[in-house]
Amino acid sequence: MRDTPLSNCERDFLLKAIQEKKRLDGRQTYDYRSIKISFGTDYGCCFVDLGKTRIMAQVSCELITPKENRPNEGLIFFNIELSPMASPAFEMGRQSELLVKLNRQLERCLRNSKCIDTESLCVVSGEKVWQIRVDVHLLNHDGNLMDAASIAAIAALCHFRRPDVGIQGEEVTVYSTEERDPIPLSIYHMPICVSFSFFQQGTYLLVDPCEREERVMDGLLMIAMNKHREICSIQSSGGIMLLKDQVLRCSKIASVKVSEITELINKALENDKKARKTGGKFGFAESLPQERITALKTDVSHVEMSDVKEKANEIVQRAEVPPQTVPSPVLTAPGTGQVGEGLENSWGLKEEEEEEEEDETVELKMELEEGHEEKGRGDVVVISDSDSEEEDVVILNQVTTK
Amino acid sequence: MVCLFVCVILSYFYVIIHVVYKVGNVLLPGDVFSFQMPESITDSKPEKVVCGPGLRRNGDEVLVCKSGILRHKQPNLYWIDSQQRRYVPGKGESVIGIITAKSGDIFKVDVGGSEQASLSYLAFEGATKRNRPNVQVGDLVYSQFIIANKDMEPELVCIDSCGRANGMGVFGAGGLLFKVSLGLVRRLLAPQSEIAKDLEKMFPFEIVVGMNGRVWVKSKTIQQTLIVANLLESCENMTAQQRQTLFRRVADGSI
Repeated sequence: MRDTPLSNCERDFLLKAIQEKKRLDGRQTYDYRSIKISFGTDYGCCFVDLGKTRIMAQVSCELITPKENRPNEGLIFFNIELSPMASPAFEMGRQSELLVKLNRQLERCLRNSKCIDTESLCVVSGEKVWQIRVDVHLLNHDGNLMDAASIAAIAALCHFRRPDVGIQGEEVTVYSTEERDPIPLSIYHMPICVSFSFFQQGTYLLVDPCEREERVMDGLLMIAMNKHREICSIQSSGGIMLLKDQVLRCSKIASVKVSEITELINKALENDKKARKTGGKFGFAESLPQERITALKTDVSHVEMSDVKEKANEIVQRAEVPPQTVPSPVLTAPGTGQVGEGLENSWGLKEEEEEEEEDETVELKMELEEGHEEKGRGDVVVISDSDSEEEDVVILNQVTTK
Repeated sequence: MVCLFVCVILSYFYVIIHVVYKVGNVLLPGDVFSFQMPESITDSKPEKVVCGPGLRRNGDEVLVCKSGILRHKQPNLYWIDSQQRRYVPGKGESVIGIITAKSGDIFKVDVGGSEQASLSYLAFEGATKRNRPNVQVGDLVYSQFIIANKDMEPELVCIDSCGRANGMGVFGAGGLLFKVSLGLVRRLLAPQSEIAKDLEKMFPFEIVVGMNGRVWVKSKTIQQTLIVANLLESCENMTAQQRQTLFRRVADGSI
């Protein structure tokens, strides 16, 4: 499906507003949207809301054989997925440029910075190591995917617990969660990406662009930093020319933002740990706010129960007598029985055909009875059904039981 | 509300009934819609009932097919008031579209539906084969559907049946376009709209409301335009009181 195109009027308005230092949602130039971090019930599941942009990250692990040239180190694998749920512009299964860019950026930010101690992931050198896999799913696209993805990934990694492993001589035992408490990963530092968008050939700068601002921007500068003011990765896209002091200024802003965000992540982790320890409720469902729409609320309406009893009695009295069920099979003569067609149905439903049939069968029965009386002890009785395939059913050697 | 019923296929039928459904109750899809006949008219012929959007006839019954609140308008009009953001083109509705392409004799316009609508060059006031309208890709147009059903590509025109523009056509420069839900748009377009009246008291601005949920606002300064846009986006789920307090606060603050 195609994404809604950006009209000229929107583009002009946005650029003019940025020139007057006004943003669509009333933020200042260096303001982030409100960040909300919540964790799921499993260890390693994290949801991040950056304004309306919503991302989920899930960490999992498995034992595999390590690489040949690095037998002591575990592996980390990152995977970002853009689902069509996030934006009509994303199609499932297609490797778009944006997807490749995001994946590469996340890898550079988290793997090359060596924020996770991969040697601690080694179980048996050269044979078994842990592979940590981080899956990041984009649930709603409202701009600034990279920041939200990096926050989600690092928060999920900090939250994750891997199973405990015991080595006795040659034997390796992996303990399940019930047997032994799982162990957290050893994380040295938390690198976080901060995005700066540039407009009018680098004249104007905005931090944390929303989706519409991203559409009109000239270029993007992305700085990944940790709270110790170490730059983990810098990337500039869009082909804008940036001056040296602009980049330095951006890195200073980034360090401030990163320390704020790191504090936020730590607080969220603390809250989650406390909730789990005290046995309180935790998980994603609990962290959803109770959003109530009161504009369409109606008052409690009472159901009329006053005349229910009378109505029920009325219905019961007026109901027809249930049709008498014919015992099946009907024994017309010793040795013969009649089942199914021709008998009155016991379902209680009267179809039109059956009503006609009833009349017919009533007539037939009358004739039969008359026939009986006439023949008395007749040897042969002819039963004719209106619907039966056989024309006549002839019963031989009938002995009347009367 | 007014525009909606012109384009919906109305069904007339005779109704027999047992249960009372009060107007203003929330109904869910699958409920059988029925109402109690006033006793005085039981002898005479059953009256006709007009079913609006959200109600659908199925043989002898009328079923609810959208969840929402049942509304009633005298003398015999019933419909379901539901919330939706996704627009489905309907004949006769006026919408704000974005021109995406010029091909041959027609423009391709994005109206927010599943398909792009087509708008002919000649469907503007005073347009002839030699005198083409001044429309570029990316412009906004306010136009009306002449064909909008599920079997054909939707078609738009910027003139009415007499050949006059009647307020439709290409937008001028400036202003901001944003999206709201369809329910809010209908409330804004209603004849005595409270939201529109409250907004008018704030400060002067120009507004164009499209039935596809798109609203265009232009005011003297950018700040005022942003204020109106944010107010409209946020007053969707507020009660009348909350909305009035919010507007009052903003009016005091901006002065």
